[in-house]
Amino acid sequence: MTVTTPATGQALPPVELVTCTIDGIEMSVPKGTLIIRAAEQLGIEVPRFCDHPLLSPVAACRMCLVEIEGQPKPQPACAVAVGDKMVIKTQMTSEIADTAQRGVMEFLLINHPLDCPVCDKGGECPLQNQAMTAGHAESRYNGVKRTFPKPINVSAQILLDRERCVSCARCTRFADEIAGDPFIELLERGAHQQVGTADDQPFDSYFSGNTVQICPVGALTSADYRFKARPFDLVSTPSTCEHCAAGCGLRVDDRRNKVQRRLALDVPEVNEEWNCDKGRFAFTYLDTDRITHPWVRDEDGDLVPASWPEAIAIAAEKLAGVRGKVGVLTGGRVTREDAYMYGKFARLALDSDDVDFRSRATSTEEAQFLASSVAGSGLGVTYADLEKAPIVLLVGIEPEEEAPIVFLRLRKATLEGSTKVAAISSWASPGFAKTGGTVLAAAPGAETEVIEALATNAATLSEAASAVATALREPGSIILLGERLSAHPGAISAVSNLAGASGAALAWIPRRAGERGALDAGALAGVLPGGRPLTDAAARAEVSAVWGTHADALPSQPGLAFAEVIDAVLTPPIAEEPAPGTEADDALIIAETAVESAAVATDSDNEAADAAAQNAGIDADLEEPEPRISGLVIGGVEIDDLPNPDKFREALRDVDVVISLETRLSGVDAYADVIFPVAVDTERAGSYTNWEGRVRPFGKILKDAFTLTDGRVLAMIADQLDVNIGTGEPAQVRRELDELGTFSGPRVAPPAVPAQSVSTPEPGQAILASWRHLLDLGVLQAGEKYLAATARPAVARLSGATAAGIGAIDGEAVTVASDSGSITLPLLVTDMPDGVVWIPGNSPGSEVNSSLAVVPGAVVSITAGGAA
Amino acid sequence: MTLTPNLTAHWDEPDSYTVAGYERHQGYQALRKAFEMGPDAVINEVKDSGLRGRGGAGFPTGMKWSFVPQGDGKPHYLVVNADESEPGACKDIPLMLASSQHLIEGMIIASYAFRANHGFIYIRGEVPHVIRRMHAAVRDAYAHGYLGKNILGSGFDFDIVVHGGAGAYICGEETALLSSLEGMRGQPRLKPPFPAVAGLYACPTVVNNVETIASVPAIIRNGADWYSSYGTEKSKGIKVFAVSGHVNNPGIFEAPLGITMRELLGYAGGIRDGHSLKFWVVGGSSVPMLTEEHLDAPLSYEGMESVGTMLGTATPMVFDETTSVVRAITGWLDFYKHESCGKCTPCREGTWWIDQLLHDLAAGKGKTEDLATLEQLCAQILGRSFCALGDAAATPYPQALKLFRSEFEAGTHTAANDLFDPAAAVVFSGVKTS
Repeated sequence: MTVTTPATGQALPPVELVTCTIDGIEMSVPKGTLIIRAAEQLGIEVPRFCDHPLLSPVAACRMCLVEIEGQPKPQPACAVAVGDKMVIKTQMTSEIADTAQRGVMEFLLINHPLDCPVCDKGGECPLQNQAMTAGHAESRYNGVKRTFPKPINVSAQILLDRERCVSCARCTRFADEIAGDPFIELLERGAHQQVGTADDQPFDSYFSGNTVQICPVGALTSADYRFKARPFDLVSTPSTCEHCAAGCGLRVDDRRNKVQRRLALDVPEVNEEWNCDKGRFAFTYLDTDRITHPWVRDEDGDLVPASWPEAIAIAAEKLAGVRGKVGVLTGGRVTREDAYMYGKFARLALDSDDVDFRSRATSTEEAQFLASSVAGSGLGVTYADLEKAPIVLLVGIEPEEEAPIVFLRLRKATLEGSTKVAAISSWASPGFAKTGGTVLAAAPGAETEVIEALATNAATLSEAASAVATALREPGSIILLGERLSAHPGAISAVSNLAGASGAALAWIPRRAGERGALDAGALAGVLPGGRPLTDAAARAEVSAVWGTHADALPSQPGLAFAEVIDAVLTPPIAEEPAPGTEADDALIIAETAVESAAVATDSDNEAADAAAQNAGIDADLEEPEPRISGLVIGGVEIDDLPNPDKFREALRDVDVVISLETRLSGVDAYADVIFPVAVDTERAGSYTNWEGRVRPFGKILKDAFTLTDGRVLAMIADQLDVNIGTGEPAQVRRELDELGTFSGPRVAPPAVPAQSVSTPEPGQAILASWRHLLDLGVLQAGEKYLAATARPAVARLSGATAAGIGAIDGEAVTVASDSGSITLPLLVTDMPDGVVWIPGNSPGSEVNSSLAVVPGAVVSITAGGAA
Repeated sequence: MTLTPNLTAHWDEPDSYTVAGYERHQGYQALRKAFEMGPDAVINEVKDSGLRGRGGAGFPTGMKWSFVPQGDGKPHYLVVNADESEPGACKDIPLMLASSQHLIEGMIIASYAFRANHGFIYIRGEVPHVIRRMHAAVRDAYAHGYLGKNILGSGFDFDIVVHGGAGAYICGEETALLSSLEGMRGQPRLKPPFPAVAGLYACPTVVNNVETIASVPAIIRNGADWYSSYGTEKSKGIKVFAVSGHVNNPGIFEAPLGITMRELLGYAGGIRDGHSLKFWVVGGSSVPMLTEEHLDAPLSYEGMESVGTMLGTATPMVFDETTSVVRAITGWLDFYKHESCGKCTPCREGTWWIDQLLHDLAAGKGKTEDLATLEQLCAQILGRSFCALGDAAATPYPQALKLFRSEFEAGTHTAANDLFDPAAAVVFSGVKTS
């Protein structure tokens, strides 16, 4: 499914090699290789502090001094490139190098506190370790040590113990070179040199946690982990981050079945050695409000604890009653394996294709695009491709907020390479500014016009747009499409068309970790695993062969997508109201009573109840059309993520059966008939497919955890229904997915939805623009107060003219309102199109879905001042 | 050897720093000649003159200019290093005060030679009067058409920016200076790339000392042969010597390289009356100290090398027998510790430690093993620090220990102030320090 071998026939460009000798061993390395890297290849570790392979050399710590034949002074191995015929001697063979290193180590230790026993770095500290290999056993220093008041907050999350700092400048170089957030800098001079921030300018970078990880001493610590654990008590497990579609490798450290911290894993092709602060610090949700046992609703309508067999039996019973009329709605939390099980469960156990993983604003246009161009397409555009692209056009995505590692790679590409970045957006965000590109300004909904213009590359284009259009036609250019555009009919069709017209590669970047995997695994109406169109008989045959069923066991008509399922619940097919007291009406009442009593009936009663219900149902059908959707299986849906949360609640209230698979009380529980607790990422194995289409597997971290995956629960319900969908265990699912592979037959056609005309706001109105901040009210950030304190403040953005039009003043309150509610935020006048208001999607004080219940592109009213 | 006033020839005239004062003595004639010669000929002339960098390192100036890549399409810059901060060095500051136009004319000629259109004078922040003087001088030159567009109808454009530093010795290091000039933190950068390839704003840049550039007009005006007729084989030309310390007539003496300290002492009126020479330091505090026996060594790059020191800035400090060598170098180490930029470990931590041990010895509270420890610490810095500041800090002690070991040994029991009355070492009569 994911082929990572490079295309054959492409010869690698020849690399110029130089030959050197290190400690008597001759080796050839590419020209420009630093001595320290060359030595590593031989297994010779030259001690170092300031050196970091992903940061520019600085040669400040002087720890890596080595002898180079013919050079009068020892040279820093981290900053000198290997020269041809260079003879290098490290501390292994050179007295000069060894003495130099020991001298530097002695100096480093004179002002370093001997607080290793209480230092978080103790046990995993490069200074501690290298003091053992390159230090003197006893100190000669009896002088006055430099001290500082300790610690200081460089941000709410990052703490600095200045006396521990060895001035390696890794943190400041990271902030400047990698993150582009140079909020920390070295201050003062000499032995008083220290890392610091400007007044009132904390180190609120989305990537600040990386500085803690690369600090070679215990100078930088995080508030959430400080004094929590000793490294030697921790069990480290490689994993994959669940917070976005970037697919970062993580190292998860736990102690006694509790996660203590998470670090970035070195995955060169994905996240290199970095991750974002959400990925690093947002894991307290794992223990927050967890459900520990199944619940069922009793006859009084109260939720009561239930045993697993009881809950399974009741769920199966209820689902059996609505079989064929059940919508299966999942969210971004699901792994590829669990998503696969949802899809399989829907099709085999429920005879339904009404399955969708997109618990957010969606469109059928998007579904068609995903089916035609993304599902089962394997590894497409990669991070490495971004670095080589002549241009990367961002449409409907804000990488720093929505896929931070994509942002880091774009920044690297623009700084080190020749990549240009352009965005079709309402304004140039801080993240976009750091990649230094062109914004083709467009109000939400008006993007389509810009996209279509780029596709034609007409002479009427502005100079900036024309440059983008031309660059898109160069080989290797890339378009990154975010999920936001699904709210604007025609936009995705236009992007798809632009990719075709320009030859640019197109990649889809959803916000959530699970979406791409869920799509590939077939958790979408009309799409079977591996991108197989449900309507294609050959595709169905391939799937049923693996699933061990008859080909006609699978639904052959595409089912309903997320929004359609909700609509189907709320607007049942129009029928004539049966007259009161008629036979049919009575029968319906009997049937309902029967079904309800069946839920609590004993085995012996079941048959009779079923029969009664069936008879009643058949009779009722004569007069009233069957509701299209009568039951919902819900796993991982956060109600406030939906564009109209109240509407969804209404559907939950109206629908007959709600089965909920949840990690925590989610809001669905208020309507659920049965609630199953399921595993979080640390308790299960699984995989996410990142936006590249790269499968990023992870193992179970908390070995003693006794929770079941969504897939396993679904399998047990299916068993009860006497349908075999496998065990649902991740390993088995993975085997099936491998067996299924991808579809080689024809996909559905890409969507061709015409552009919708853009709404024109009246005076006092504006078109709503919005996306989410990386750090916001997302439920996966629950319980992490230090992280939350580094979030970007919520502001409303208007152009100067629009602000003046409503008499709003920069810095003062502005109220954005819809029919459903209003949001009041301080105004930040921004360079953006007139008649557009931007507010963050889910930040404190700015919850667009639950307050306004409209999607970006809608017309909202704007007024100066607070809500009336 | 006789004195050869050149840059200092007209310091007795009150307007020597103005264009008018300068023009009275052939000022800006060299510029006219340079425009006639063409840029490459100017570089060759300077090469032939044997002029070497007067900031201390002594790198051949013409060669440095020729390193600037030509036709590379990038702007080139000339940066004059006027961050004179070395303890004992006082030659660039008076030169800027009284020979301002020499420097400006030299900058125009140099920039014309290696095709730069912008020059910067980076002056140490502690001397606002010099910064003011140079601002006035530059304005004066603009007013007379020597700066700006199409200078003297040559088609050559040149602008000068006078920039005051923020008070950091490290900014005398050329790459730290460039960082500071760019508005960054004044810390040295990795070399390579060297400034001639990627200096100011990553463009080819020549960084020259004030005296070096100020010497250029006379070389162009009088010819390379004239200049190279002075000095020694390897140290050609004329040098400004600034003699300070325990001499009767401290001051600035311009003489050919190769003059001896004994001769300079003669011009400076000899050691303070009633006192005798104890030691002297020729190139600022950063070079090994010398004694009586070295008085006849020629003051040239190679002559000083032959006696184990460096010509450096050629600003000799003279100390008589009232001086405590322990106290003297402790003062210097205070300076280096204070001025260490903090970038590299040996200099940052080493000066912190050495300074503490020296203070112990100066207070008579040192330990016997401190003498050896200090020697080792200096060895741990020398050649291992990022830039020459660390080397400079590690230089005074080993030589002082070699020459005056007993004084350091006394530091284990007797304070330097008890051995040498600080008041006796003060040069101004009637001034007491205790």
